[in-house]
Amino acid sequence: MKRTSTLLLLASLASGCSGAQSALNAEGHAAIELKALIVGVIFVCAAVWLLVMIALVLALARRRDRDSGAISERKAAVAVSGAVGATVLVIAGLTIASFYTTRALSEATTPELTIDVTAQQWWWQFTYVGSDSAGGFVTANEIHVPVGKAVRLRLKSSDVIHSFWVPSLAGKQDLIPGRENTLTLRAERPGIYRGQCAEFCGLQHSHMALFVIAEAQADYERWAERQRGLGAEPREAEAVAGKAVFMAKQCAACHTIRGTRALGTTGPDLSHVGSRRTIAAGLLENTRGSLAAWIADPQTLKPGNNMPLVPLSSDELRQLAAYMEGLE
Amino acid sequence: MDDGLDDAELERHLRQSWETPRGIWNALATVDHKIIARRYIVTAFIFLILGGLLAVAMRIQLARPEARILDPDRYNQIFTMHGSTMMFLFAVPVMEAMAIYLVPLMVGTRNIAFPRLNAFSYWIILAGGLLLWISFALDAAPDVGWFAYVPLSGPEYGSGKRADIWAQMITFTELSALAVAVEIVVTVFKQRAPGMSLDRIPLLVWSMLVMAFIVIMAMPAIMFASSTLILDRLVETQFYNPAAGGDALLWQHVFWFFGHPEVYIIFLPAAGMVSTIVATFSRRAIFGYLPLVMAFIATGILAFGLWVHHMFVVGLPRLGESFFTASSMAIAVPAGIQIFCWLATLWLGRPVFATPLLFVIGFIVTFVIGGLTGVMVASVPFDTQVHDTYFVVAHFHYVLVGGAVFPLLGAIYYWFPKMTGRMMSERLGRWAFGLIFVGFNLTFFPMHILGLLGMPRRVYTYQPDLPWGGLNLFISLSALLLVSGFLVFVIDVVRAWRSGPQAGPNPWKAATLEWATSSPPPAYNFRRIPVVDASDPLWMHPEELAVTAGQRVDRRELIVSSVVEALPEARESSPRDSIWPFWAAIATSIMLIGSIFTPWAVVWGSIPIAVCLIGWFWPKGTAEDIS
Repeated sequence: MKRTSTLLLLASLASGCSGAQSALNAEGHAAIELKALIVGVIFVCAAVWLLVMIALVLALARRRDRDSGAISERKAAVAVSGAVGATVLVIAGLTIASFYTTRALSEATTPELTIDVTAQQWWWQFTYVGSDSAGGFVTANEIHVPVGKAVRLRLKSSDVIHSFWVPSLAGKQDLIPGRENTLTLRAERPGIYRGQCAEFCGLQHSHMALFVIAEAQADYERWAERQRGLGAEPREAEAVAGKAVFMAKQCAACHTIRGTRALGTTGPDLSHVGSRRTIAAGLLENTRGSLAAWIADPQTLKPGNNMPLVPLSSDELRQLAAYMEGLE
Repeated sequence: MDDGLDDAELERHLRQSWETPRGIWNALATVDHKIIARRYIVTAFIFLILGGLLAVAMRIQLARPEARILDPDRYNQIFTMHGSTMMFLFAVPVMEAMAIYLVPLMVGTRNIAFPRLNAFSYWIILAGGLLLWISFALDAAPDVGWFAYVPLSGPEYGSGKRADIWAQMITFTELSALAVAVEIVVTVFKQRAPGMSLDRIPLLVWSMLVMAFIVIMAMPAIMFASSTLILDRLVETQFYNPAAGGDALLWQHVFWFFGHPEVYIIFLPAAGMVSTIVATFSRRAIFGYLPLVMAFIATGILAFGLWVHHMFVVGLPRLGESFFTASSMAIAVPAGIQIFCWLATLWLGRPVFATPLLFVIGFIVTFVIGGLTGVMVASVPFDTQVHDTYFVVAHFHYVLVGGAVFPLLGAIYYWFPKMTGRMMSERLGRWAFGLIFVGFNLTFFPMHILGLLGMPRRVYTYQPDLPWGGLNLFISLSALLLVSGFLVFVIDVVRAWRSGPQAGPNPWKAATLEWATSSPPPAYNFRRIPVVDASDPLWMHPEELAVTAGQRVDRRELIVSSVVEALPEARESSPRDSIWPFWAAIATSIMLIGSIFTPWAVVWGSIPIAVCLIGWFWPKGTAEDIS
């Protein structure tokens, strides 16, 4: 099982995630319903447009020397009334189709899992709410969900308005300061689905991506178990030094690494950062090199983001990147 | 009295009372609706060009993934400026400017009602536009979108004075739009030529009238919005701060309660233009005059019942969303009525394929697409996938460019001879139309697909592994075609204005009153005010129209008529030229710009405004005038 999902992960990496952020590449329960509606409505509207165009061409190209004015006038009145009647019917049909889809989407399903989503300029925080038997944990920009299970997202914002959108799984929903919205996802097939903030939220709105990784229940459980645990203690000398740098510099003021003194909450929780596919809200692939590049100069890579430039020697940088990478 | 004067002498007297003398101060003081309207139209088109250049800048940045031609700060300013300029400084003003020019001529009167207010409204929007564009040149332009959602535009996140500048620019356009709307309503209701009863009003005038009513109803909402935003930012009120009991969604409700009707403020005049052009070039009266008027009015009313469709993903109650789905869909019915009436007119008539009609055909092809995608986004579930994506960008460009700019360009070709006395070129007109039509569709149609492929709007860049690069490059290249079409149009306008062939009074053999006078019309519009007994008077009386007599020519005098039947009720004098509206606009601008920085500007700034208003309204004239 583990191997299949790894293969899948590799496959989608190789394909460059093409189509993974598309309403037409529907892999979630809601997105599949929506795609049916979208395709149907587009088909009907294309037909209407064609009919109007045919009428336009006929009106312009009609031979004018035959029928007399008076009769045509009456004919035109009948034609126009008929067309208006047809318009009313088509509009009514589309409205009803829209209502049915809304109803299908809001069918009560008891969610098996609840995740709190907090959007911030310009990254996502995901809090897996703990149960009696298992504790909760926090991650960033990436969530794992079990395939075929309804997942309820509680959407909140800590600054401006954002919008949570993973088009392959469901339609979008805004996150609004002072309010809480919910969105239910159900991935029907395993895969890695890209999403992106859809409401303009300031300077780095463009770079506020997220990934939903849908996998078999067992894989999901294994992943969640590991996330619940504390981050691995560094063993290599370089990583051990990196941990010391992290605690000594400003890093710990903004970031949390559970089990250490680092308890900052303004930046993403880094307890298991090494296990994520990307960093900086989907901007860079998560490698030791890009971790180092990001820490060294976040403002050039993502101008205007809230991560300050922390002056570090090149040794410190290397050590820090090694430590981050090891936090799996 | 004009009785007993021969034509030459009559004209001499009329010229003396109505003409604005030469000279810069006189030019600033003029209240001639035609001069003001021409300025207004030219200004609006300059803003169209500026807004278009910003669009080109965005397309250059988006042609390739992760391009670094524009940094995000500049890009955000650019798309905000593009939207604000196109909506507030081009689309609405240009439609109002067309109304200022055409309505008095089409209803057969000598000047618009409240001509000094008319002059004021032009200066004020010019000041608002300059404020916005100077701030852009100083790298301090608003950067939170033309919709300026809080809290992003609020005191905590909108840094500097950028959002304040945006809000104040809105206030300028509110003042201007509201003034023009009042002028149009009064002109249409009280200054129509004798005999032009409600069922004989040209359709364009009807559409402008409904537009004016929408402005009057919608503007208070945006006034509330821009004032409260300024208050939140300047004096720390908490309308929109959820932490202090405010509500971020309040902004969206208020903004869209204005913002959606705004679309119809732009579209309805275009529908009037289409009706006029279709009738003239089909060589017959419009089919379905009454249904068209009803459709205009229905559109105006329904326009206020669908603002929530901009908010389908903010998490409102289901029942409310269903209502707004139904009402948003319902507006397609009056739109359908209009399209079918125009098609029937073309079908019954003998179409002449002059450039204005070509633009109308382009309008029908594109606007129907925009209307149908409008039906799509009116559906809540459909909208949850396409909201805030390029699908919506495509949709509203089809509605606004297809639905309003195409008719407007057709209208410019159509009324250019009336405004300048010269004809534009049919050959260049065809080129302009062809390039704009093809360029427009190649640019905007693929955006529907981009949106379905998941590209959000307002992003300054996208990552190379997303499947959007090819389409974006294609769109950026197509935009060049569109731009070249506009270039041909501008060349044609400049060329024709300087050296186009003389037009004569009625080059298109049209039916409405503006063609009953010379091109361009004299300062007094009509030598004698015509008497109307049909909705297409020039076709009913191709030889000569009946005219009124007995008006004074030694002062500016208008005929005031009754609302329904347009029976003459009184003769009233129309205000003289005055420099005070200009000074009042300057004083108002100083107050509004000052209030970006301190609330005290409102207090101290009202004093010079009061002085200007005293000058403006100071009664002046002969004893006889006053009695």
